[in-house]
Amino acid sequence: MSFEVLWRYMPSLLGGFGVTVLCWSLGAALGLVLGFAIALLNRLRFAPLRWLLQACVEIIRGTPFLMQLFLLYAGGPFIGLRLSATTAGVVGLGLYSSAYFAEIFRGGFNAVPVGLVEAAISVGMKPFDILWRVMFPLALVAAIPAIVNMLIVLSKETVVLSIITVPELMYQMQTMAAETFTAFDSIFAMAIFYWLLVEAVSRVGRWLELRVTAFMTEKARTA
Amino acid sequence: MSVPAIEMRDVTKAFGALAVLRGVDLVVDRSEVVCLIGPSGSGKSTLLRCVNFIESYDAGDIRIEGKLIGYHDGSGGRRPMGARELREMRREIGMVFQHFNLWPHMSALRNVAEPLRRVRGLSSTEADERARAMLARVGLIDKADVYPGYLSGGQMQRAAIARALAMQPRLMLFDEPTSALDPELVGEVLEVMRSLAAEGMTMLIVTHEMGFAAHVADRIAFIDAGRIVEQGPPRHVFHESAEPRLRQFLQTYHDRNSF
Repeated sequence: MSFEVLWRYMPSLLGGFGVTVLCWSLGAALGLVLGFAIALLNRLRFAPLRWLLQACVEIIRGTPFLMQLFLLYAGGPFIGLRLSATTAGVVGLGLYSSAYFAEIFRGGFNAVPVGLVEAAISVGMKPFDILWRVMFPLALVAAIPAIVNMLIVLSKETVVLSIITVPELMYQMQTMAAETFTAFDSIFAMAIFYWLLVEAVSRVGRWLELRVTAFMTEKARTA
Repeated sequence: MSVPAIEMRDVTKAFGALAVLRGVDLVVDRSEVVCLIGPSGSGKSTLLRCVNFIESYDAGDIRIEGKLIGYHDGSGGRRPMGARELREMRREIGMVFQHFNLWPHMSALRNVAEPLRRVRGLSSTEADERARAMLARVGLIDKADVYPGYLSGGQMQRAAIARALAMQPRLMLFDEPTSALDPELVGEVLEVMRSLAAEGMTMLIVTHEMGFAAHVADRIAFIDAGRIVEQGPPRHVFHESAEPRLRQFLQTYHDRNSF
């Protein structure tokens, strides 16, 4: 175990960690927005659109992320889509996770009791208000554990970006390992970094979960 | 004779092959309290849900103060009513559900104030003010900031009544409002409904509370297999009518409740 090597490479490792966090957070944000949009569009009673979206979801879920990323980064230029490695990485993570988030949100919406929506319809609320004031908060309650879970999975999927030369943590680690022949040290350091990230994500996740379910906790008794 | 609050004529409704409503005629006058009774599966809840078109009906007319709900009759036949117009009709019709259907992520006050803000367009101050007044009216002012999960069934149903009432509806529909309550909580809800009736609210109530129906209803309609087979003042329906299915229904009810 060579701390000297780790110390020497720390700037690039920290830089890589920064890129990892950036790619993860932007990719996750994109995935959440796209996934939510897909879940909403699926609710429209327009069958062709629903089939199309469901086909996309199935394709994304049915193929490896690595393949999708290659297709986007290396295949993109053939259809005029030239993305930098990092942009391709973020877009790739976003598309990939959108399929999972779409299913998570779909499940969340399905978990909203129909009577609560009927109550909103019966007072004459507009569809938009019903969606945002009644359905969305309750769908979120049902979906938040799965969302946090997916965010954690996604934070570790970022390692795949190293293959298309995104200078994220895995990429920097591999560079360090190749230049200094410190395979064990780099794997050890990597474990620490990812564990820190996952721990942070799950803590934020728990906080979020408590926030959106505040009405079910003991404090809500008197609010 | 003024236009009735609700006028149903030959209303039919099927779920697939199952005919639930098979030609219902029923009139509810303004300030009248009508109770719908009947065996389970008879179509009484479906009928009630057709009145504010939460459930669509297949044929026949349902008119709210003379205006057909859910459809437009034109020269080219019948076409569905637009969403906006339907919303405008629905906000004049209060509805209370068997399972309360309070929004669990909002306090009692927010539950009542939310539709006032979103639908009636009140400011948050005005909405809160009216919501508090409504909660006070149903005896829940001290529970204003409590979430539904921490209210008893009776309190939840009273909050739900306040929510419907705050909209100042022209009429109120009740779908088995006490069926999900513990027996000792039924009274407080019926009390609120009784005071509403006394103030002249037009009410159509699906209920199994025969005692309440007998004392509060102006008229009782007995529905069986998708048709109203008997209706009239409580005394007539409960004591005078010889309608065999009604007699059998009341006998079953009586047997179950005697000990």
